[in-house]
Amino acid sequence: MSVLIYVNHINGNIKKSTFETACYAHRVAQLAGAAEVVALSLGTVSETDLAALGNCGVNRVLSDTNPVFNRFDSGVHTKALAAAAKAVNASVVVLSHNSSGKAIAPRLSVRLQAGLVSAATELPQVNGNVFTVRKSVFSGKAFADYSIITPVKIISLNPNSYPVTRGNGTAAVESFNSGVSTADVKIKVLETKSLSDTIPLPEAELVVSAGRGMKGPENWGMIEELASVLGAATACSRPVADVHWRPHHEHVGQTGITIRPNLYIAIGISGAIQHLAGVSNSKVIVVINKDAEAPFFKAADYGIIGDAFEVIPKLTQALKEFKSQNA
Amino acid sequence: MKLLVCISKTPDTTAKIAFTDNNSRFDTNGVTFIMNPTDEWYALVRAIEIKEQLGGSVTVINVGPKDNETVVIHKALAIGADDAVRIDADPADAFFVASQIAAYAKDQNYDLIFTGKETIDYNGSNIGGMVAELLDLPYVSLANHLEMAGNTATVTREIEGGQEVIEVNTPFVISAQKGMAEQRIPNMRGIMTARSKPLKVVPPLPVTAYTTIAYYELPPQRKEVKLIDPEHPEELVKLLHEQAKVI
Ligand SMILES: Cc1cc2nc3c(=O)[nH]c(=O)nc-3n(C[C@H](O)[C@H](O)[C@H](O)COP(=O)(O)OP(=O)(O)OC[C@H]3O[C@@H](n4cnc5c(N)ncnc54)[C@H](O)[C@@H]3O)c2cc1C
Ligand SMILES: Nc1ncnc2c1ncn2[C@@H]1O[C@H](COP(=O)(O)O)[C@@H](O)[C@H]1O
Repeated sequence: MSVLIYVNHINGNIKKSTFETACYAHRVAQLAGAAEVVALSLGTVSETDLAALGNCGVNRVLSDTNPVFNRFDSGVHTKALAAAAKAVNASVVVLSHNSSGKAIAPRLSVRLQAGLVSAATELPQVNGNVFTVRKSVFSGKAFADYSIITPVKIISLNPNSYPVTRGNGTAAVESFNSGVSTADVKIKVLETKSLSDTIPLPEAELVVSAGRGMKGPENWGMIEELASVLGAATACSRPVADVHWRPHHEHVGQTGITIRPNLYIAIGISGAIQHLAGVSNSKVIVVINKDAEAPFFKAADYGIIGDAFEVIPKLTQALKEFKSQNA
Repeated sequence: MKLLVCISKTPDTTAKIAFTDNNSRFDTNGVTFIMNPTDEWYALVRAIEIKEQLGGSVTVINVGPKDNETVVIHKALAIGADDAVRIDADPADAFFVASQIAAYAKDQNYDLIFTGKETIDYNGSNIGGMVAELLDLPYVSLANHLEMAGNTATVTREIEGGQEVIEVNTPFVISAQKGMAEQRIPNMRGIMTARSKPLKVVPPLPVTAYTTIAYYELPPQRKEVKLIDPEHPEELVKLLHEQAKVI
């Protein structure tokens, strides 16, 4: 018996979320008494990088370098994962609840007849053959404990939910043939628009977000500067995306994306319930708003009551000084 | 084009979240229910637009109790769906729901099956992928743009760290998110005609759920906010570094 994870990479660079799933899977293997953690890598990733998954407790990596995997087709990746799960007799499969995990995990659940808990936030409680896994529900307004009762279990882990601790193990890398061919590919990729110069919002540890209080898109320069000094991703409230001041993918909240960064700085956002739903599980929340009565202050750890146009430049300056002292 | 749209029922976005029976059940007391926003605003509207453009029909399907007819199905018909199917069962879990939808869709030859990106209550993002696997169809998830030309679709979808434009032939399953369409408010005529549109009630297949919910919990309350003098934001930097340890 083993725990299987799926390696997420962009052009060969393994994503941080994979290290999260690796560390998580290592603990799951201990809790469930599984003999090993195996990772499946599809497409081209260097052997050195794959071996480094051993830092997080991965014992073996199965690597299928068939070029069909360099384009993402959920059906093809699911087939390969299912083949690997059979090959290593996996009792648990762990993926990240990111865009590829959301496409693969449900398919794999059907294919392996394995119960799936998606957006898990904690380790499972193992009780004989039943796993109870906590996940985020009601768009961050609550948690629910799901019991998985099937023999094989699939967990997709919310990004930023499980800490990465690296030791110095090395994983054995073996080549693997998952039996997938080009005939299985049903999706043709025409164009990839990479936002890779910015940090993808769901994975960002630090997020600077702004709302209608910024008055117009021309004022986002100071938000971007603050984010860049911090090394943070940028986000926004829904009305700001609706009127195209900011791109859709920055919209956080109940009808946008749900995030749980270590730090969420909300500037000129009132803190409507639908907005809070997407961000309230952030570890630390800072609110900057000129209205002392803004509901967001009730959900914040730190607050500054003041005009963003005055506060932000000062805050950015203070951060620059801090960074230069702590460089 | 023969289009199927999966629609679900969720608590209103402002609903107070509370639990009963020793935190084992969602407390529906005083909660207003709505059609799940991504299903309504993006999946359904885009399906209707495609029908308007290319002809065909839009069927909506819901797995749920009779109440759902008034809460979600009538609205979908009022917005412009042609007919509706309700699988008469409580949605036990994602696998249960997907199995019901797939069983119904199996012999109907839909060109396109739409779901929303995820429900705002259980946040699974599961049904679309499960239906696709059950029917052995391609699945395009998290799509924010869809154009049809004959049997070929061009779709923009979210991938890790970016977006991708892809081409795929019908039939396939697609999950819709923001960007795909603009919300439509049903007009009076739509509301009137909704009542006379066909609604088929289908008994469920016996399917065993893979998961059950044992317990709910609300997140811990945050402590009182600590206010910082707007003239001295360096205080905030210090607290974030020394106290909160996030920078
Ligand atoms: C079904 C539904 C779903 C929704 N989903 C979402 C969602 O997913 N995400 C989301 O964000 N919203 C969502 N909303 C909208 C939500 O209800 C609020 O309308 C929205 O979040 C408000 O955005 P805002 O805070 O940017 O704007 P406002 O509410 O207008 O707030 C602007 C804030 O800026 C402050 N401000 C103004 N000037 C300054 C200044 N110079 N300096 C500092 N502060 C200033 C004001 O005091 C105010 O608090 C949804 C609504 C509905 C009905
Ligand atoms: N009970 C249901 N009946 C019909 N469709 C549903 C049901 N539940 C979910 N869906 C569809 O599946 C999508 C994803 O739901 P979920 O996997 O639960 O997040 C929703 O946006 C709906 O389109």
